[in-house]
Amino acid sequence: MGINWKEYKTELFYDELISAGGRPRKPARALISYLRGLKDSEITDRKLAAELAIKTMGITFTVYSDAGNIDRDWPFDIIPRTIGAAEWSITESGLKQRLIALNHFIDDIYNDQKILKDKVIPKELILKSKNFRKQCVGMKPVGNVWAHICGTDLIRDKDGKFYVLEDNLRVPSGVSYMLENREVTKRVFPEIFADQTILPVTDYPTQLFDTLAAISPRPLDYPEVVVLTPGIYNSAYFEHAYLAQRMGAELVEGSDLVVEDDKVYMRTIHGLSPVDVIYRRIDDLFLDPETFDKDSLLGVPGLMRAWLKGNVALANAPGAGVADDKVIYTYIPDIIKYYLNENPILPNVPSYQCIEPEQLKYVLANLSELVVKPANESGGYGMLMGPQASKKQCQDFAKLIKANPRNYIAQPLISLSTTPVLCEDRVEPRHVDLRPFILQGSQQTYVTAGGLTRVAMQKGSFIVNSSQGGGSKDTWIVAE
Amino acid sequence: MLARVAERVYWLSRYMERTENSARLVNVYSNLLLDLPRGTKVGWRTLIDITGIHELFDENHESADERQVIKYLLADKNNPSSLINSLALARENARTTREIMPSEAWELINDLYHYTKENTNKGIGRTGRHAFLNKIINASQQLTGLLAGSVSHDRVYDFVVLGRNIERADMTSRIIDTGAANLSLSIEQLKDEETLPYENSLWMSVLRSLSAYQMYRQHVHDRVNGDDVVDFLLRNADFPRAVLHCLQSLTNAIERLPNNEESLRVIAGLQRRVSELNIEKILRKANLHEFIDSLQADIADVHNAVSKTWFLPVTEA
Repeated sequence: MGINWKEYKTELFYDELISAGGRPRKPARALISYLRGLKDSEITDRKLAAELAIKTMGITFTVYSDAGNIDRDWPFDIIPRTIGAAEWSITESGLKQRLIALNHFIDDIYNDQKILKDKVIPKELILKSKNFRKQCVGMKPVGNVWAHICGTDLIRDKDGKFYVLEDNLRVPSGVSYMLENREVTKRVFPEIFADQTILPVTDYPTQLFDTLAAISPRPLDYPEVVVLTPGIYNSAYFEHAYLAQRMGAELVEGSDLVVEDDKVYMRTIHGLSPVDVIYRRIDDLFLDPETFDKDSLLGVPGLMRAWLKGNVALANAPGAGVADDKVIYTYIPDIIKYYLNENPILPNVPSYQCIEPEQLKYVLANLSELVVKPANESGGYGMLMGPQASKKQCQDFAKLIKANPRNYIAQPLISLSTTPVLCEDRVEPRHVDLRPFILQGSQQTYVTAGGLTRVAMQKGSFIVNSSQGGGSKDTWIVAE
Repeated sequence: MLARVAERVYWLSRYMERTENSARLVNVYSNLLLDLPRGTKVGWRTLIDITGIHELFDENHESADERQVIKYLLADKNNPSSLINSLALARENARTTREIMPSEAWELINDLYHYTKENTNKGIGRTGRHAFLNKIINASQQLTGLLAGSVSHDRVYDFVVLGRNIERADMTSRIIDTGAANLSLSIEQLKDEETLPYENSLWMSVLRSLSAYQMYRQHVHDRVNGDDVVDFLLRNADFPRAVLHCLQSLTNAIERLPNNEESLRVIAGLQRRVSELNIEKILRKANLHEFIDSLQADIADVHNAVSKTWFLPVTEA
């Protein structure tokens, strides 16, 4: 029997695998014909095998809730999402272009502030940004790179084009799940990898290590690179441990590190040992209780001193988050033009800037059709989904916006593309986004082949965040 | 190697050893009771006494029947040393040292944890108990083999060895204590002529709980008797679960570590006390129990020295 693809309805959205006429798209052809050849029982077996693999490999994430933090198995759908290599190569250049421009921008903001002097971006927007760190003014990190690691969220609208939804420049997470999804798929569908070329994703940890090692203040072949985690209760702890393991780097917590004479050391069984590069997965404000949040137990007293003196490298650099503010986001096309003199390859989702009085008026008048986002939240928190909100919710949100227009942007509801997900004994469309990861070195920029496809597991839902019930699937860039 | 990692690896190893020992203990004890004559008062409670957690047990249980005791030892979340809790702690330490341990080690422990959690009922009932416990013992042994065969024998491995042998020495001492004191006491309830075969099988079960029976027969040619068993389990230099052997393994591992002066001093003192023991004297004078108590305190001192030297300093909140 197997999956009945005739019953699969792509409805009103762009489907990643199946065209509106019901035929598989070119990059998905081999996959669909392979799946057609599987019997019901085989599909069930593969699904169980995937669940077992996830359980055994211990791929988990932590959900914060009132009942305490619970480690959950990673929700995974076995049918991969496919993207053609030609399309991907354009997307990849767009992602590189974007991160290069963003790094120019951050470096400019903390040094000459030319873009503000030229009035391309309103000055008060930056100076009032929650993520602008005055402590970083005048800093020159190695290669002038501030954001070494970026996770950019892409969505595909009805027109089938990729749009950038947001750039995560602070502590983007998810890359370990991208790698593990591939591992699981290889265990579950080993045959299919033989028939076609699916670009590998496995070199990410090596690329990450090289990117980090290259910014070491000491010119060593093997500088001491460490991953700084907030600890085992953090929702991304699995990923911190995973990346440290794959890079062969130490995984440290704040209490493992100590600053003496403005240099950073870790406590080992031999005593103190120097640290060169810190891949930190802790937010700026918790990094150093001497400089930022005094009550932070996660950080390391004196870390900022050591960094400002150039004795240790931090990735991403403190202050890099100034460019992942959602209001700044709306200016990124201008930023690309300003620094690179190029047109943006990847479009932004059209956005309204509440800080601009004309646009604010439009937003307030059309709240029930818009998605309103706060400037500095992540994980889908603090948003208004206009089309699904009650009148009361819209009114309450209008008050919030009016009180602090700088803190909000609004966007039309973009219909996320769909892709087939296995539900019981059939496939149904579910909405997805895509988070590729981009690494910025002094000389070159690297983009993962594909990225993490996140799936809204609930029928009709657009919420893909794992903290809110989202799942994921393997993403294949298929050579044509 | 980070101090924190050393500490987690040490506990990972200790808790896995404890998991294995708990399974061994329950397994052998279950077999032993089948051999004893009806009406013998050797009860399940002895198992609670071995693990040194009787106060907590008494608070929550009125009687110590088989089901209650086994459940308490294997599955009770409120018993800090229950098998499932030891395994959960081993898993937690494995989870938080994933960056340095081979991924197979984590997968093995994680798998075993899920198996144990889902199958505890098999362990509580008599029919499936043996298979259930054997699976746990085998998986623990598999981990030991995996670590021996696939982890570089560097400082990480030294902490594996430290954790395992401290736990092992401690458990062996508890088993001897129980064997000698509690079991022998119960024997006295029997008439003299009945005693011999049962004394024999009691000591044999003590040996078996440590997988020591065959090795004992090879080393000690006399029939199984209390003096020789205690001597073998305390002072044999070659048997991996004998206290003296554990202490020697500890010394070897500690010698490879930096800043080891204090730990070496503590362990050397302990090793000397065990080697110079007069077994006959402590058995006849019936102060074996006192000796074992002091032995356990000494083992705790080794732990304290290790912890002070190589683990993260305890920060005052």
